[in-house]
Amino acid sequence: MTATVPPPPVLQPGGRVLGTALDPPAPSRRGRVRSRTVAAVLLVLTVAAYLLFRTDGAADSSDAASFRFFDSVRDWVDANRDTSPFFLYGFNYVRLGVRLLVDTVHGALTGLGFAGLVAAVTAIGAVLAGWRTGLLALGGFLAFGVLGLWEESVDTLVLTLSAVLLSVLIGVPLGILAARVRWVGATLRPVLDVMQIMPTFAYLAPMTLLFLIGEPAAVIATMIYAVPATIRITALGISEVPPTAVEAATALGSTRWQLLGKVRLPMARTTIALAVNQTIMLALSMVVITALIDAPGLGQNIVNALQRVNVGAAFDAGVAIVILAVVLDRITTGAARRTRLHRPARQRRTRWIVAGAALAGVVLIALVPVRETDLPAYSFAAPVNDLVGWIELHWYDVTEGLKNGISAGVLDPLETVLVTTPWWLFVAAVAAFGTLISGWRAALIAALAAAGPAALGLWQHSMQTLATVLVAIVITMAIGVAIGVFCARHDRLATGIRPLLDAAQTMPSFVYLLPAVALFGASRFTAIVAAVIFAVPPVVRLVERGLRDVPPTVVEAALSAGSTPRQLLWKVQLPMARGGLLLAANQGIVMVLAMVVVGGLVGAGALGYDVVAGFSQRELFGQGLAAGLAIVLLGILLDRLTQGFHHSKRPRG
Amino acid sequence: MTPMIEIAALWKVFGPRADRVVGTPLADLPRAELRARTGCLAAVRDVSFDVRPGEVFVVMGLSGSGKSTLVRCLTRLIEPTSGDISIGGESVRAMNPKRLRELRRRQVAMVFQHFGLLPHRSVLDNVAYGLEIQGRSRAERHRRAAETLALVGLQEHEHQYPDQLSGGMQQRVGLARALATDPEVLLFDEPFSALDPLIRRDMQDEVRRLHAEVGKTLVFITHDLAEALTLGDRIAVLRDGELVQVGTPEDLVGAPADSYVADFVRDVPRSDVLTLRWIMRDPAPGELCEDEPLSHRTVIRDAVHRVLRAERPIAVVDGTERLGVIDADQLLPALISHHRQVPV
Amino acid sequence: MRSIRTAAAVALIATLTACGGATSGAGEDKPSAGAKGTVNLAINPWVGYEANAAVIAHLLEKKMGYTVEKKELKEEIAWQGFETGEVDTIVENWGHPDLKKTYIEDKKVAVDVGPTGNQGVIGWYVPQWMADKYPDITDWKNLNKYADLFKTSESKGKGQFLAGDPSFVTNDEALVSNLKLNYTVVYSGSEAAIIKAAQQASAQKKPLLFYFYEPQWLFAKEKYVRVKLPEYKEGCDADLKKVACDYPDYVLDKIASKKFADGNSTAYQLVKNFTWTNDDQNLVSDYITNQGMSDEKAAEKWVNEHEATWKPWIPAGS
Repeated sequence: MTATVPPPPVLQPGGRVLGTALDPPAPSRRGRVRSRTVAAVLLVLTVAAYLLFRTDGAADSSDAASFRFFDSVRDWVDANRDTSPFFLYGFNYVRLGVRLLVDTVHGALTGLGFAGLVAAVTAIGAVLAGWRTGLLALGGFLAFGVLGLWEESVDTLVLTLSAVLLSVLIGVPLGILAARVRWVGATLRPVLDVMQIMPTFAYLAPMTLLFLIGEPAAVIATMIYAVPATIRITALGISEVPPTAVEAATALGSTRWQLLGKVRLPMARTTIALAVNQTIMLALSMVVITALIDAPGLGQNIVNALQRVNVGAAFDAGVAIVILAVVLDRITTGAARRTRLHRPARQRRTRWIVAGAALAGVVLIALVPVRETDLPAYSFAAPVNDLVGWIELHWYDVTEGLKNGISAGVLDPLETVLVTTPWWLFVAAVAAFGTLISGWRAALIAALAAAGPAALGLWQHSMQTLATVLVAIVITMAIGVAIGVFCARHDRLATGIRPLLDAAQTMPSFVYLLPAVALFGASRFTAIVAAVIFAVPPVVRLVERGLRDVPPTVVEAALSAGSTPRQLLWKVQLPMARGGLLLAANQGIVMVLAMVVVGGLVGAGALGYDVVAGFSQRELFGQGLAAGLAIVLLGILLDRLTQGFHHSKRPRG
Repeated sequence: MTPMIEIAALWKVFGPRADRVVGTPLADLPRAELRARTGCLAAVRDVSFDVRPGEVFVVMGLSGSGKSTLVRCLTRLIEPTSGDISIGGESVRAMNPKRLRELRRRQVAMVFQHFGLLPHRSVLDNVAYGLEIQGRSRAERHRRAAETLALVGLQEHEHQYPDQLSGGMQQRVGLARALATDPEVLLFDEPFSALDPLIRRDMQDEVRRLHAEVGKTLVFITHDLAEALTLGDRIAVLRDGELVQVGTPEDLVGAPADSYVADFVRDVPRSDVLTLRWIMRDPAPGELCEDEPLSHRTVIRDAVHRVLRAERPIAVVDGTERLGVIDADQLLPALISHHRQVPV
Repeated sequence: MRSIRTAAAVALIATLTACGGATSGAGEDKPSAGAKGTVNLAINPWVGYEANAAVIAHLLEKKMGYTVEKKELKEEIAWQGFETGEVDTIVENWGHPDLKKTYIEDKKVAVDVGPTGNQGVIGWYVPQWMADKYPDITDWKNLNKYADLFKTSESKGKGQFLAGDPSFVTNDEALVSNLKLNYTVVYSGSEAAIIKAAQQASAQKKPLLFYFYEPQWLFAKEKYVRVKLPEYKEGCDADLKKVACDYPDYVLDKIASKKFADGNSTAYQLVKNFTWTNDDQNLVSDYITNQGMSDEKAAEKWVNEHEATWKPWIPAGS
């Protein structure tokens, strides 16, 4: 049955698509010894240079040239928003168009009324993905009413759907082009890389500059966040179409358009459906964050709860988000799976009849005068807040001790070292070590990215953020690898933990701040905790998959040679899963960075705070924008170094 | 009789600036050296042959010999580097894209090693694909597709999907798809090499039967000598992109052009392929023969029974003309000159 | 070929020019300022503001038949909303002379709608027990002496000064550096986080130096003492980077979008008429924060008990 069905693409949790990772050949023994020596020499040199040249780590000026530049850009835009042709005929029209789209979607969804919308989603779920999913959708949407979050949930759904619609309209054609036209693919690749490394937070301010606040800016920001996945997965699907089918169709005399419409697109449709699924998931998590620039919906509840440190209220909204995510996910994956099934014409006709009946049913139900307020109400707020209160009271010494211990013992020393390192030494070290582990190309990009923050005048803040990120990554990897190894070795545990991981990955980063802030107050450690919670699930997943991908024949061979389970893990499985582990580290870093930056909302300071302050204080706008840029540069720096690690161990030359 | 397909001095060179190779001294270099010097790979080198209407023409070679490239050059699925191709008297290389599509749609169809079926279409719609892209009406193309499916014995399966069929059945669909547009020429690119031996033999029978029924011109690519010998009216042997020998199966086995071909056919049971013509001797003066002569087209194996039973040599004749005689002395060496039975 | 392209470009530009382009306010003509429509009310992130907004929203919805759209926005962003039409009114504004200049004077998209009646105070505070134990701590000149008391994991070896939401009106970083104080400004991120820290500092007698303001319900529960900074003089905070004086006293006021004001609806008149005391606001804030009431419930309770206060706000003929 599955012989000619393309396998689902390998997705990173961030929606990044991986090619097939070929196991790089091991470097020669002599090469390894030599590179170890070089590394040791470099390390000694770096330490010596640091001791010689370390600075006193003076604070960043609050008046760097880059800030003034961005401020002047803002002033220009403010002054010319209604006169410059860029805005009159460009951005403002985009804004109007998106506004129209949002209003249309909103009108369509709310026009159905409460009963009608619930019935419609149930029917769509049932027709596209089976009656089980239909029931899930029914229960989920009723739950929005029960939680008292109906309107907010619908608003979030409206923004998500609008952004997904745009992403698909733009992303699918671009994906096709990227797969079919070499230069388009080559041009898009680095752009998409940067877009995916960019922490969500960093581009909210530029969005408001171009599109002001409100739904259009939110939808566009969401689209920017989600569209790389659409493009990448679509391109993957198109390029994975078996060349034999294309050749056969060509040999029968198909035109280019016939090839696209009758061969490539239909054969890639399962993958494209998956692309839509990923796009929806990413869009949903971003839409919530856009509450910071006045997007309506569940995000507002979370922002509100954050401001009042009301974990219970956030919990309700978080539950609603997870429900929405699960319902949308099940419907779209169900629909994607259906695209693989072949059913005889008669059954297909039945489906049309069912769909028609469902439509009639929806129309009828929409006329029933039931409102969401007629449902019984329930809120998790009180019990959750009680629990949080209890923990605060009884665990205070533990949480405080943990926070102070890690802050004073690890974070502060690391931060001091980084902050007192002269920028040129840091750049040189990045370049040298980068060349060693990732090749000169990646090292050059990384070094340029490392020099950027210094040029922007945000050296200290960048190094502080980097220190927090590094500590969070170490903790994330330690926990993630441990759980991943455990899951890979205990099937039952893995099945038990999977739904948890699913739910965790659908939560927007934002939501994790709350429990962290309730337990640890406002501090850098809070951001570390939130980042660890946020990044551990994908790391667990990648580590588990890496371990499970070790060929069973190798494991068998090792076992028959008499390996103990521990030897098997350390000598066979972990070394062979190196690719998966490095990938997990790379992915973990990108996610940790995104979260640490959001931590600026709860006292993590440094770049994240600059960004938050940038869109809350007029005179700090320039600094905020510069900080956003610095964050992107940090992301590129970390990503290049670790990605290079993944790709570079091929023989050079 | 004008040939159906004419190939003259065809070259296909892959690699950077491939067009600089042909017609220069570089073209005379052996493959490996050319590759080392220029980075170019000459997949097809100066190949010329004709295919007659209604003929089954087999191109045989080991993998990497350029045979698949050669067959793709015929309809420019791969663009040749130089040389001439004409099909039905019309130059293929001179065709504009529109005319080329017409050629592919109506005159030449192809069957592929890995079938190349479209998994999202039912069997019927796969077979109808060629007609669909010509813009035929739904009813017409389905009628025609159903007829063709019946021809290959799949009338029961038209609403199934390719991945519900066995490999052999999938290739029948591929065959039906090629036949559906009623082309003059069918190209087969190693169509049965992905199939089990037993199914392969069935399919070869199927091709022979269809060839007898519909009488198309067939160009058949294979790396399997036995298949070539069974199906081919004539066989072209390709090595490193170059044509080594073109001839009937008998020619190849009886008179290999060089040691490469000889090596190839070494294990072929000669008695199964060669006719008496190849082993008969001139009659000794005044020698008496059996009453009943044998045709010179008789395959050796079929003559064994009679020759060994005969007391005297048997005459070998072409019609009434006596070409030579044969007796056990000629026959026995031909029978034992091989040690392994090759399945045919 | 070229002439065709040129012609196309000319045609395109002509079309666009004929359309006149889209201004930033285009497409925002929601029936906000019209008759009984929707009022877009910005909600800034502190509970005192919420109290004002809750009462105004309650009156608009329950007594006058409007729909109120509440938008959780930080101060700056709420001001931007005047330009886009996302926001009709801000009902507790703390100063912001720069924003007033941009949006009221330069862009002319907003207007000042008069004071809320609340007196705003911003300052640096310590819990009462510290003032008792270290009497001279309430003078900024002695703060460096006590810096060690305020050390935390976040303060980099200096004393910690706890600030609030990054969007609040603050000069704290400039003050710390210009007064040469051995302190680090740490942002808690929200009002709630400061209040929590302040309550803990009182209850568990932990040292805390923090940014706080009045009106504020917490002052009715616990005592905090303001630290004296160099006295405020007109213009001493003109250059935000060189500030070395205390915060001024603020007359809190209300701002409305030009469109909302020009519509002169009864909703606008209510906002214009709205004025109450710090005690009124603290009462509603207390309902919201400590009595577990929702904004709506708190407003309803206050409205039921203080008819004399709000009656005069309701414009005649509504």
